[in-house]
Amino acid sequence: MSARLQVFILSALLAVLGIGLTIYKSTTLGFPFFPGEYRTIWTVEARVSFKANGEPVRVSLALPREQANTAILEESFSGTGYGFQQETVKGQKRAVWTRRDAQGSQSLFYKLAVYHTDNAEAEELLALLPSVQKPDFSSAQQEAERLASESLLAQAHELSADTETFARQLLGLLNDPANPDATILLGAYEGRSRVNLLVDMLALADIAAHPVRGIFLEHNRRQLQPQELLEAYIDGRWVMMDPTTGVLGIPENFFIWQRGGVSLVDVTGGSQSDVSFSVIANNVSARTVALQQGKMETVALLDFSIYSLPIEQQSVFKLILLVPMGALMVILFRVFVGIRTSGTFMPVLLALAFLQTQLVTGVIIFLLVLAVGLGIRSYLSRLNLLLVARIAAVVIVVVIIMATISVVSYKLHIEQALTVVFFPMIILAWTIERMSILWEEDGAREACIQIAGSLLVAIAAYFMMTNDYIEHWSFNFPELMLVVLAVVLLLGQYSGYRLSELIRFRDIQETMR
Amino acid sequence: MAWLIAPWKLARHGILGMNGRNINYIARYNSRSRYPLVDNKLLTKKAATKAGITVPKLLASTDSPVGINQLMKAIEPLQEFVLKPVRGSGGKGIIVIERRDGPLFVKASGNTMTADDIRRHVSDILSGLYSLGGKPDAVMVEERVHFDPMLFDYSYEGVPDLRIIVFRGFPVMAMLRCATHSSGGRANLHQGAIGVGIDIRTGASINAVQKGSLIDRHPDTGHDFSQLKIPNWDTMLDLASRCYEVTGLGYLGCDIVLDQRYGPMILELNARPGLTIQVTNGTGILPRLRHVETLLKEDEDACDWGAHRRVMYAKEHFGRPDAAQAV
Repeated sequence: MSARLQVFILSALLAVLGIGLTIYKSTTLGFPFFPGEYRTIWTVEARVSFKANGEPVRVSLALPREQANTAILEESFSGTGYGFQQETVKGQKRAVWTRRDAQGSQSLFYKLAVYHTDNAEAEELLALLPSVQKPDFSSAQQEAERLASESLLAQAHELSADTETFARQLLGLLNDPANPDATILLGAYEGRSRVNLLVDMLALADIAAHPVRGIFLEHNRRQLQPQELLEAYIDGRWVMMDPTTGVLGIPENFFIWQRGGVSLVDVTGGSQSDVSFSVIANNVSARTVALQQGKMETVALLDFSIYSLPIEQQSVFKLILLVPMGALMVILFRVFVGIRTSGTFMPVLLALAFLQTQLVTGVIIFLLVLAVGLGIRSYLSRLNLLLVARIAAVVIVVVIIMATISVVSYKLHIEQALTVVFFPMIILAWTIERMSILWEEDGAREACIQIAGSLLVAIAAYFMMTNDYIEHWSFNFPELMLVVLAVVLLLGQYSGYRLSELIRFRDIQETMR
Repeated sequence: MAWLIAPWKLARHGILGMNGRNINYIARYNSRSRYPLVDNKLLTKKAATKAGITVPKLLASTDSPVGINQLMKAIEPLQEFVLKPVRGSGGKGIIVIERRDGPLFVKASGNTMTADDIRRHVSDILSGLYSLGGKPDAVMVEERVHFDPMLFDYSYEGVPDLRIIVFRGFPVMAMLRCATHSSGGRANLHQGAIGVGIDIRTGASINAVQKGSLIDRHPDTGHDFSQLKIPNWDTMLDLASRCYEVTGLGYLGCDIVLDQRYGPMILELNARPGLTIQVTNGTGILPRLRHVETLLKEDEDACDWGAHRRVMYAKEHFGRPDAAQAV
């Protein structure tokens, strides 16, 4: 296999691997491919409070079901002095706090963070068999209620065409304050919710229904009481309905806590139990969300990613990960443009220094150090020193220049110049040495060309590295480095002309005589 | 005149670019293991001498600071010599001492150096200041070339040297590099030396180019380049062609000087010869390189041709058809 073919195959493999991993991370693990994507994270806290009366306490709170349109990022439970476990009763997850004895007012907390996923429908079919439990109005005292309900059902039946319209009509009749039957029934259900009444009425018409409890996710709400919606089994599926307006479907931002007839909270060994909710919204970058999500699922890929490093090392890596892009820039400039630089990858190091110092400050400091260093180097050259000693001397001089710049600028309150420490000293010293030789050997012009070339490439690399997208991709998708590697390998095959050669040989036709 | 030329036009003229040279010729035909032989001028000298190729005589050399004293002793009695870094490139770090002025050393440019200046220069060379990649280097002192008076008028303050590109043993293109005042007596084209394209068949001049533009006369001596014809041309081609066997490098630049006393001599060899030679020849080198590649692919015997046969072939195929009128 020829070397050329090998390069193509290798590049293709690397590119496919890199792009594949990237696609996997952005689609499956939810890493945002573009920078600046934010998700709203709702932190919901349920607080169960009650008065304990000195007996063994058992508190059981219904936990929210998994929903298609929201994902749970993390959940936590707290209750000092309480034992805790989770159990599932009739398909409903419940948190159970227990304690041998407790006295006075108690508070237990359940906290969860959720966010909306955009890829699923808001409504999820509930896999719950419809069952009807008719209310008992048979006793003599409930004669009025029985007649009122029969009349109401008859009216609704009259005004409707099918099950769905029947339910809505019933709801409308109950909400009509002028309807005497509704008034009677509402009076009878004093202390219970309207949804309970609706459930019973629908049961009389052989329609299965149950209340749905949930909360509206709105920013900075405290002491929220759970809202009740009605879910009725209509034409073979469960339909949600607002008990006051009759609007079908789940209202926007409604976070369903519990479906079906089971209780929200059961407390034994206590009284005056109450559940209240508070909601806080946070805008968090989608990456963090993906990360936390990933942590919960412990994806192997994330385990080996940069995110497994401590935060401090991560920021170091942020810089290192930009080096490949800088190197790519150098290759582009040298192979396609033909720009001469002093030292092959010196511009990358220079660009890294610029990242820390900001561009203008960096360029000024670089030129300043270079100019002063060249001046001093030209004196040193007269002292008849060994090369290594001379470079060491230049290094020391560079350090002194840097220290001077720092101190003087600090006194002058130019804080930016303090970033001079980020310049790689040894590189600067070598650059000074090489430039001074170049100056003597090839003249000032060649030296200036190379300095300008290095600066140009460094500045180009700087802009590349500070680009939001490049920064985002290089840090969040380090596997894209494989693609860069593939590109570099391919560029290494380029045997065409350089831009500089198109200029250099532009008069070739005139020399052909 | 356009600011730049379209790449397809360059390709049509058969111009070889830097990337193409590096990938298709240097990487393919120049084995890495052979590089030291040309990068180290001492090794080149030894190998060439062994093969019976004329080179300037080595007078002294050292590779350690301890040897500097001995080296200084060796050059003390000399009236003239050339001091070079053994692994230097692009003519950097070379000092040509033309004569002595008491204790002073007088350079070709007329500037003088003291013994201390020379010591410092030697120690710079040893530290690797002029070597590729800054590696520690050695110093050598060799006999100064007395260049042939026939070429005297075409060079100012320096030796005119002839660069011949030898591709797989075939001399494919040649140029004469003449120093000028602005090049500081050095035959380096980047610094304003004049490149004169030389016809492979006759040794006559084609174009004279200084800093990318055509000239007719030497700016310092006023001599007309169209009258230039290289003496001992066949010997030079033969010498260059034989360097292929010495080095084993397929894409080679041979630098030859014409010495008054010894005739043509190999001054140094280069595994990465430059591309300006195409401008001075007014033609691209690619068609010739491809010609040789095709020849060697189709005619297996050609691989075993001796230097003489290769030179004959090159003269026949790579000469200018209208060279007769040009002269």
